[in-house]
Amino acid sequence: MAIDQFLVIIGGLGLSTLVAWYFWFSEKKAVKIESSDSGIQEAIIKVKGGYTPDVLIFEAGKPIKLNFIREETAVCTEEVVFSDFNKRATLTPFKIVPIELKIEKPGEYGFQCGMGMVKGKLIVQ
Amino acid sequence: MLTEEKSQFVKTYDPVCGMGIKSPSKNYVDLDGRIFEFCSEECKQKFALEPHKYIHKKEMSASTYTSSYGIQKIQLPIIDMNCSSCAINIEREIKKLPGIKSAIVNYATETAYVEYSIDKTKTEEIISAIKKAGYKTGRSILKLGIKGMHCGSCVTKIEKELKQKRGVISASVDLGTESAIINYIPGLINTKEIKEVIVKLGYKVFDTASPKAEAVVEVKEKKEVVPVDENQLAREIEYKILMHKFIFAAILALPVIFFSYPTVWGLPEQFQMGSSLLRYIWMAMGILALPVMFWSGSQFYSGAIAAFRNHSANMHTLISTGISAAWIYSMIATYFPQIFPAAELADQFFDVIFVVVALVVLGMALEIKAKGKSSEAIKKLIGLQAKTARVLRDGNEIDLPVEEVVLDDIIIVRPGEKIPVDGIIIDGTSSIDESMITGESIPVEKHVGDEVIGATINKTGSFKFRAAKVGKDTALSQIIQMVEQAQSSKAPIQKIVDKVSGYFVPAVIITAILSFVIWYVFGPAPQLIYSLIVFVTVLVIACPCALGLATPISLMVGVGKGAENGILIRSGEALETAQKLDTIILDKTGTITEGKPALTDIITANGFFENEVLSLSASVEKSSEHPLAEAIVNGAKNKSLELFDAQNFNAVPGHGVEANINGRKILLGNLKMMNNFSIQLNDLEEQSRKLADEGKTPMFVAIDNKAAGIIAVADVIKPDSKEAIAQLKRLGLEVVMITGDNIITAKAIGKQVGIDIVLAEVLPEDKAFNVQKLQNEGRIVAMVGDGINDAPALAQADIGLAIGTGTDVAIEASDITLIKGSLKGVVLAIQLSKATMKNIKENLFGAFFYNGLGIPIAAGLLYPFFGILLSPIIAGAAMAFSSVTVVTNANRLRRFKPSLK
Repeated sequence: MAIDQFLVIIGGLGLSTLVAWYFWFSEKKAVKIESSDSGIQEAIIKVKGGYTPDVLIFEAGKPIKLNFIREETAVCTEEVVFSDFNKRATLTPFKIVPIELKIEKPGEYGFQCGMGMVKGKLIVQ
Repeated sequence: MLTEEKSQFVKTYDPVCGMGIKSPSKNYVDLDGRIFEFCSEECKQKFALEPHKYIHKKEMSASTYTSSYGIQKIQLPIIDMNCSSCAINIEREIKKLPGIKSAIVNYATETAYVEYSIDKTKTEEIISAIKKAGYKTGRSILKLGIKGMHCGSCVTKIEKELKQKRGVISASVDLGTESAIINYIPGLINTKEIKEVIVKLGYKVFDTASPKAEAVVEVKEKKEVVPVDENQLAREIEYKILMHKFIFAAILALPVIFFSYPTVWGLPEQFQMGSSLLRYIWMAMGILALPVMFWSGSQFYSGAIAAFRNHSANMHTLISTGISAAWIYSMIATYFPQIFPAAELADQFFDVIFVVVALVVLGMALEIKAKGKSSEAIKKLIGLQAKTARVLRDGNEIDLPVEEVVLDDIIIVRPGEKIPVDGIIIDGTSSIDESMITGESIPVEKHVGDEVIGATINKTGSFKFRAAKVGKDTALSQIIQMVEQAQSSKAPIQKIVDKVSGYFVPAVIITAILSFVIWYVFGPAPQLIYSLIVFVTVLVIACPCALGLATPISLMVGVGKGAENGILIRSGEALETAQKLDTIILDKTGTITEGKPALTDIITANGFFENEVLSLSASVEKSSEHPLAEAIVNGAKNKSLELFDAQNFNAVPGHGVEANINGRKILLGNLKMMNNFSIQLNDLEEQSRKLADEGKTPMFVAIDNKAAGIIAVADVIKPDSKEAIAQLKRLGLEVVMITGDNIITAKAIGKQVGIDIVLAEVLPEDKAFNVQKLQNEGRIVAMVGDGINDAPALAQADIGLAIGTGTDVAIEASDITLIKGSLKGVVLAIQLSKATMKNIKENLFGAFFYNGLGIPIAAGLLYPFFGILLSPIIAGAAMAFSSVTVVTNANRLRRFKPSLK
């Protein structure tokens, strides 16, 4: 086996491992949302190609208000769907669109765009 | 301009009754030069008798009116004014107009400053007044508020469009204050036309002088039916941008393809591989590729970067990685061909970048168009909402935006108008077209006491109704909410997809890398070229979008289609279960039957006439409170029979009633009653038994102690129940009837509608238990009932279908609500579920099949056997159209027609 072939194999396998690790196993940075004085846990989520932040930590049983701001007109992110709560909102570009939830049961609840290309997660503790 | 619409709508108010009337009115009084107009001669007379009593009222209402709609200030430049006395002339002319608060003409500045109430006078009238005085007006300034702008490009768009109009001198739009200042020449263009320009571009305009003007704009919208949907606007902008991006990439792609395949076109020597001219052309392509990648394909990069930051990957990741790899390789081949060991390796793939970007961008644009159609149903529902209501407040009829209608408001509806909110008619009758809510195309007759549903259309009569549900509580709002919720719910089948899609994109990337390695190690020469082609092709062909889109898009169309037909499907789960049903339980009362007894038979004896028996019986029953009595009275009324007053009315519990009418003694009751009075029944007794066997309730009638006949009432079967049940059977469902009636009556009804399995004498609280018993037999059971008494049974069933009652549509216990009371809705709901699930499966199959087959082929699986290797360009085309295909397939559901045969 030629040296270049050997290098390609090693490189390819290494790269594959890196891809798998980065997308599947690496720890995602979660943002903990503190509740305000009025008891509402309010967060701003920027929508541009993805959700920033995309993993949010909340406390169970307290009202949650997610303010989405879609900073693009790409149709992909036009809708945000919380299928666990049968909630859907159309995000008007450059406008704040609030979604209000109250989650009693701790757990992980996903949210995503209309076609599931862009995803985020609420972690309720 | 606004004043005009307003004036067309309501010009002035009657000072006596407060009604809005068109001006000029035939009925008016001239009081010291002030004109008062009236709706009728009557009001005019009242006013003429005591004018002072009403003038104060008129002024009050006028002032509130003005304050709510605002005073308009305008400056009109005046041309050719050459003396100060001209100014007085002009002022005098203007002041002749109604509603002028002040008019000052300044000779020095050659300008007229006019303050006027915008609901009384139009700008045009002021201008013509100036003309009448013998002068021309110069340019004018209009300040307008504009709503719906969200970016700098909107500003330039509006400005550009306005400036193109004849008569507009300058226009400056300010995004920050959401307003525009427009310099224009009156006479060439008027404010109405200016506003139209802006509205046509998709924005809302309002007068900055009047806080309430938006309401007026709403009225205008209702008339012109131009709903402004910001999201739709954003979508259209996005579509246009994508199309521009596509055209740009596509035009550049043509020469690139031409020079990329010199051998194919048989180009002369100097354009062939290795020539220095071709190298320069490659360099040019490499540079041209940059705007294609970073403008036409900018969304791929921004999307990929955003996803990467979040440790996720999507379609954008795949495309941007693919085209970047192609570009880097091609640039090296162009600028540093010497680093490749073999000359044939120094090839370029710029054409891939141009074509893939162009095609995928085109695919995205087409998808926007197609998706717009998918959500049409909900848009239609939202568009149904009335914009204004004519409300009676303090004796005045005022037009209010529908949001301002409160509970117990009295609302006036004229023929042809939309009913703004839900309520109960308190005055008048009409026939109402409820098709938009119930799907029932025949207009419904409504009388005092009947419920009306907001967004339905009044056809014939005028009526007043009391608002019972407003805002979020109206049937329409609830329907919209339910449809939106259902559309965002997940069908269980989607869970598989979710699992797959979580791993899909990174898996594709890994597949691409490994394919590269395999081709490099085991592939034919030139290995590097083949490896790269395979790498790019795998990345480009994979379409996670088609996968992610497959279920939700069909669900959206299917649920929307249901709503159009008066069927509200609660969730994707309900839809998926509904098509698996094998048994359907129908509650008898109110579901198969009308739920209200009605007169069915009159049998006479001993020479009495039918009408005589009925008329006298109804006269007796008029005094009774029994529900069966009501049926008899209504039966007589339907035949237009005269009813008389009864004397000595006496109800004998468990037997019947007796009374005297016009001196005749009437007995109405059961067999015991007749026996008590020793009435000879003869064969009537036998006939009575026969009627009872048919599920009817017979009552004997005796007049003057002689048997006169039998009157029978029954809960009549809905006209289309029998047909619907036959259709349910044809769909392969076992149909069961459940009722509290005795077994004989139940069997009789069952026989009439064609149901063989009858569960009779079931107490209301045992219905749920009976549902469960059938479920325990392994059946998937649907229960159809009324949502109130049957709630536990509906909840117990796999699918609970509630027959809607009026405006109450959000029935908690049900999975599917039928707004229209007909059983046909059940058939339709099941057919629609089947059609939708089929569509979802087609989409999923298509998406899985496409990716499952496309990726291995792209990786070169067919090469060792058939020598087939996919070009990245073909892969790009396939990918671009796979998601469009999914959306288009889902849109086929829009054409779903219930097959009621």
